[in-house]
Amino acid sequence: MTHFRRYIPIIAVAVGVIILQVVLSGTRSTYYMTQLTMSAYYALVVIGLCLLMGYAGQVSLGHAGFFAIGGYTVAVLTTFNLIVYRDTPLISLCRSLGLVVQRQDIYGADILAFSPWPAFVVAILLTIVIAFMIGLPVIRLKGHYMAMATLGFGLIIYRIVLGGSIFGQADGTSNVPPFRIIDGLEVNGRTAFRIESYYIAWFVVLAAMTLAINLVHSRVGRALRSIHENEEAAHSLGVNTYRYKLLVFVVSAIFAAVGGILLTHYNGSIGPSEVTVMKSVRYLVIVAVGGMANLWGALFMGVLLNFLSLRGVFGSYDDAVFAIILIAIMLFSPQGLLRLPRFRKVTSLPGRANA
Amino acid sequence: MPDALLETKGLHRFFGGLHAVNDVSITVPRGTIKGVIGPNGAGKTTLFNLIAGTIQPHNGEVFFRDKKITALKPHAVASRGIARTFQTTKLFSHMTVLENVMMGRHSRTRCGFISGMLNLPCTWREDKQTTEIALSILKDLGLTEYASETACNLPFGRQRLVEFARALAMEPQLLLLDEPAAGLNIYETKELAKLILWIRDRGVTCLVVEHDMSLVMAICDDVVVLDQGRKITEGPPRTVQRNPEVIRIYLGDSDA
Repeated sequence: MTHFRRYIPIIAVAVGVIILQVVLSGTRSTYYMTQLTMSAYYALVVIGLCLLMGYAGQVSLGHAGFFAIGGYTVAVLTTFNLIVYRDTPLISLCRSLGLVVQRQDIYGADILAFSPWPAFVVAILLTIVIAFMIGLPVIRLKGHYMAMATLGFGLIIYRIVLGGSIFGQADGTSNVPPFRIIDGLEVNGRTAFRIESYYIAWFVVLAAMTLAINLVHSRVGRALRSIHENEEAAHSLGVNTYRYKLLVFVVSAIFAAVGGILLTHYNGSIGPSEVTVMKSVRYLVIVAVGGMANLWGALFMGVLLNFLSLRGVFGSYDDAVFAIILIAIMLFSPQGLLRLPRFRKVTSLPGRANA
Repeated sequence: MPDALLETKGLHRFFGGLHAVNDVSITVPRGTIKGVIGPNGAGKTTLFNLIAGTIQPHNGEVFFRDKKITALKPHAVASRGIARTFQTTKLFSHMTVLENVMMGRHSRTRCGFISGMLNLPCTWREDKQTTEIALSILKDLGLTEYASETACNLPFGRQRLVEFARALAMEPQLLLLDEPAAGLNIYETKELAKLILWIRDRGVTCLVVEHDMSLVMAICDDVVVLDQGRKITEGPPRTVQRNPEVIRIYLGDSDA
């Protein structure tokens, strides 16, 4: 199967991830892994946005909003104390099903709240519903107009979490429990779980990359690229352009939400700073620097730039750095920095690979 | 009336105060090549867009295989078996020639987002078949050597051929050709005429909007003449050519 070719880079990155862990553990600098884990979750947003923007050509300036919908939903569900509703039939039922669990917070108080798995499912479903609702009108808009509308969506989500007391307002929501995926495997920000969480994050990212790469090589991927290239021609060939744009919007929103959910469990908290417009701009910048229709470029830049940012390399000029990168890219290389022909061949020209 | 593949009944379309298409009824019999001619602004392309669903008529109806297709979106019209080419070639310029032609198979294939993302076996089978069909069409049109070339790198005449290949990949019953000879030289136009006849012989009915009278005379079984949105006359090319009204439209009044 010639399809194997497309998985080679994934295997290579997986090997790189393992080597990096061994080296970092060997040199007693495992603290880098914390930022690498966080960067991986941010990269998830970028991968989704790359599908939407790079391949289907639809600009979104609201993806921090979807990240937040995922993150805040699980944060609220897993921390909102239901102890006073303990004896209501609904909560009793949820409890007997294991959807709601009791634990103690750091002060020893009893907390009865949803466990991470049901919270995860609810967060994903909520993301899908909201993405559809926002997408239905917004997808009809073209170019800058869609960027403006999604920007508005991001702003609304920002004001909601900043103003809503259930979301902790400016403080955000903290004390989010770790996410035990299965017994003995959990997304947990504590030092003891550093390596484990690092591998989980990279497993999720590489799984997302696999899905995304398969998609762009498929019939649907071709159709998405054809919409980007010439919507009228795509339409005349039988591509239901509206439906495809809407679905890829929802798919990219899900990617963003998964990043938000897992990072929130990892950090144990989420705050309004995750939802600012600059966060959305940052994701967009990374897709642009990565070369637009270039998933590997998006992943590489997503991890690199977020890692540097999290390490504090850009200091208090963090947002300014991303803004400058955006200006520079638009001026000097609108096609993106990682647009090397050799690089593109592997990533975005399935016609050759399949022939 | 012979077996009509496409029929329009009293189509009207306005652009502001301009009556771009005014009560146009045409019939395209199965297995024929029908020409639509007329001076600039006669409403030829608008008529095309009304049939293809790109724009909606303000009045009138379109029937395809005796079923109403008025007000359908272009993708729905396409999936019923109507393919089209554009006046200015609209290829997916950064995709390869092969991928362009593979896109023509879109309405004939089914794999969606989920099977695509999971790369399920059904997508392999479908893609393999799509690739084979696309390659065989490229071979028929003598484009095999360009298969892995990026579409925008091809010379103009070849790009038009690729657009034909893409349309044929849909296995359409009706092919709408919007000024296929525009920008081609005499030699290329002759080749084009042969190609259209070949397509017709493969059982694809053609509706051709064209300026180039030599092409129309050479290939069309029947010609409709439009002027200022109205149908002036209709008939075999030789008859239409001698129609005084048509001569007036094309050459101007003799006493002017």
